Amino acid sequence: MRVMAQMGMVMNLDKCIGCHTCSVTCKQAWTNRAGTEYVWFNNVETRPGQGYPRRYEDQETWRGGWTLTSRGNLKLKAGGRVQKLLGIFASPVQPKLADYYEPWTYDYQTLVEAPLGDDFPVARPKSLITGENTKVTWSANWDDNLGGTSQLGHLDPLVEKVRRQSEDKIRFELEQTFMFYLPRICEHCLNPSCMASCPSGAIYKREEDGIVLVDQDRCRGWRQCITGCPYKKIYFNHKSGKAEKCTFCYPRIEVGLPTVCSETCVGRLRYLGLFLYDADRVTAAAATPDEGDLYEAQLDLMLDPNDPEVVAAARRDGIPDDWMDAARRSPVYALAKKYRVALPLHPEYRTMPMVWYVPPLSPVVDLLASQGHDAESRDVLFGAIEALRIPVEYLAELFTAGRADIVTGVLRKLAAMRAYMRDVSLGRDGDPSIPAAVGLDEETLYEMYRLMAIAKYDDRYVIPTAHVERAHELEELGCSLDYDEGPGMYESGPFGEASGRPAPVAVETFNALKQRQTTDSATSSEELRGRVNLLNWDGNGTPPGLFPGNERGNERGTDRGTEREVAP
Amino acid sequence: MSTFLWGVLPYLCIASLVGGTIWRYRYDKFGWTTRSSQLYESRLLRIGSPLFHFGILLVFVGHVGGLVIPEAWTEAVGVSEGLYHFNALLFGGLAGVCTLVGILILVYRRRRTGPVFMATTKNDKLMYVFLVAAIVLGLWTTLVSVGAGSEAHNYRETVSPWFRSVFLLQPDVAAMEEAPIQFHVHAIVGMLLFALWPFTRLVHAFTAPLHYLFRPYIVYRSRDARGTGSRASRPGWSGVGTSDRERR
Repeated sequence: MRVMAQMGMVMNLDKCIGCHTCSVTCKQAWTNRAGTEYVWFNNVETRPGQGYPRRYEDQETWRGGWTLTSRGNLKLKAGGRVQKLLGIFASPVQPKLADYYEPWTYDYQTLVEAPLGDDFPVARPKSLITGENTKVTWSANWDDNLGGTSQLGHLDPLVEKVRRQSEDKIRFELEQTFMFYLPRICEHCLNPSCMASCPSGAIYKREEDGIVLVDQDRCRGWRQCITGCPYKKIYFNHKSGKAEKCTFCYPRIEVGLPTVCSETCVGRLRYLGLFLYDADRVTAAAATPDEGDLYEAQLDLMLDPNDPEVVAAARRDGIPDDWMDAARRSPVYALAKKYRVALPLHPEYRTMPMVWYVPPLSPVVDLLASQGHDAESRDVLFGAIEALRIPVEYLAELFTAGRADIVTGVLRKLAAMRAYMRDVSLGRDGDPSIPAAVGLDEETLYEMYRLMAIAKYDDRYVIPTAHVERAHELEELGCSLDYDEGPGMYESGPFGEASGRPAPVAVETFNALKQRQTTDSATSSEELRGRVNLLNWDGNGTPPGLFPGNERGNERGTDRGTEREVAP
Repeated sequence: MSTFLWGVLPYLCIASLVGGTIWRYRYDKFGWTTRSSQLYESRLLRIGSPLFHFGILLVFVGHVGGLVIPEAWTEAVGVSEGLYHFNALLFGGLAGVCTLVGILILVYRRRRTGPVFMATTKNDKLMYVFLVAAIVLGLWTTLVSVGAGSEAHNYRETVSPWFRSVFLLQPDVAAMEEAPIQFHVHAIVGMLLFALWPFTRLVHAFTAPLHYLFRPYIVYRSRDARGTGSRASRPGWSGVGTSDRERR
């Protein structure tokens, strides 16, 4: 047994309102840059729906994840090592930009600069790839809220599968359909196929917390990881020529803050905490012969932090005591293993994903409520879960490789919690037969309710900080004076876009602040190389670079700022 | 002049190649990438890129065989000059044609596909000039040899000894002088291409991922193992205010 710690996330899908706040804040924090316009480390999909990129779950096409050889060994679905190297010059299975969408902006300039006329000027969409006029035909969430699903819903690979396997059809007529949201980030898998696909070995899993990162200095842009990841959560930065992925906001996690997507989640549906797992058994678990058993195999890898044997092994393997403590309080461990309500996304890809989901009861509840039933009564709910096969089968394709019984078990627990807590909230005595029906006792059910429904901030996020004695190794916290070239290397280097080494943000800010404190004129942006850092702009005057230059090439600077012409 | 071309220039180019590569590796690991444009266009790339790359790999093997292995060695194992020459022309010619067709497709694609052209830097254009020139001139030497039949110039008595002598630090300028003009031009353009190499996207060839065949699938790395490398934050992220797309 080799005990390793893994930062994990659980999302409670019943609470997701599909507001996309996580996507937007994540984009602002991480991918608000040229070359990553189409990159969404976090995206929210409406299911049933095609997802992003379109139909990414169709592994017969995209060949992501692992498969088993005839002898029962794990093998990359896209092929072995030699095969991958032979295909390196033009990656054979690679999503095109059209499978994502062509990023665009609008020509807002026309709105203010169009000459006077009879018609209102319009801002036409311009492609960010070609710079030409474009027609917006798809985006990261084009089928949001089942938009267009009555025509395109059959393109969802899971819908296709459920339709093949069941006589009942998933229907997209308003009265008969169901819907829920699925926020997705990188799964930070225990057995990541992106990492296994990377020819350069640039993708690595951090020993301390299991976060999967791309070493930007070692990535050579061979693009095999994009094929390898079945969740299509590695993206190609088309400007820098490197792969980028969700970082689990590691700079925040290291200091004990939740990820941006979790912190800003309106529905408070995300949980962060530690898993302890047995690293020696990962490969064997991922090679479980029957896909339907993969969920159980993955659950078996998760170690109980209260087990004395595990505690001893963890100490031997160098897991600090405060991390053990965090593992004992971990909400994700509780939801996944103690209450068994969180399920992994697509275990059949055999990557052992570490972002788990509590499947939504809402498709069932919504349907019952709309038909005038009491959607909080145990018997009605239990009966409906059994009767409404279609949502359950769909969820099973998503979370348990088709094992509807596991999904039903989870939904019954959620239904039991609902029914039991209604009595308690109404001041009646709790009915102990309800938790008993799903194999829980009253106390455990109440704890589960506290974690899932009350969901206090401190209960949702139990994040042990990276160790202080290692603080000098954290990303930006290092002593800036060790920086040997000094600031002044910000421009793109001569070898193509974004080459060369930029000044660390800390150094740049330090210099700008120092200069501001020691001059008596308005902040000069000389040191900022044509950019204005609004963080330390004192609002005094108009430093050059604040506004873009006009056509004649001169810049609207300090002196001309106040005398800008007004168009007649 | 000959002394400069065949006695000095090679060393300047080697200095540029070795020094430039070390410098680039130390200071611009982030810029060290294939800069793939497959995301923009893949139909033509699927044909042109393997054609070019596999072709150039064969060409490389051919050059190693012709330049590094002395004629005496091949004759010792019973390969006559005629047989060697025939094989070199046949396979070298085929590989060269594949390479040329491949790069022509790639250059056409680069020019005619809007997004790919936009992502082409001046540096790329300069590199393409030298690369295409070297390939075309190399094929020219082959064609001239084919045309001359058995009269063909045996470069293994002129160019190859000179090539080896350069690395023995005793450049045999006289041997190279005897070679016909087409070999001279090809060699000069080739040397300049290598001098330019570390400063272009061609560097990706130096990190051909052969170790992929031997490394374990799952890579664990500790924060310690990184050697606290990022005192200067790594340029994985361009700064705030980077314009979306710059036309070049």
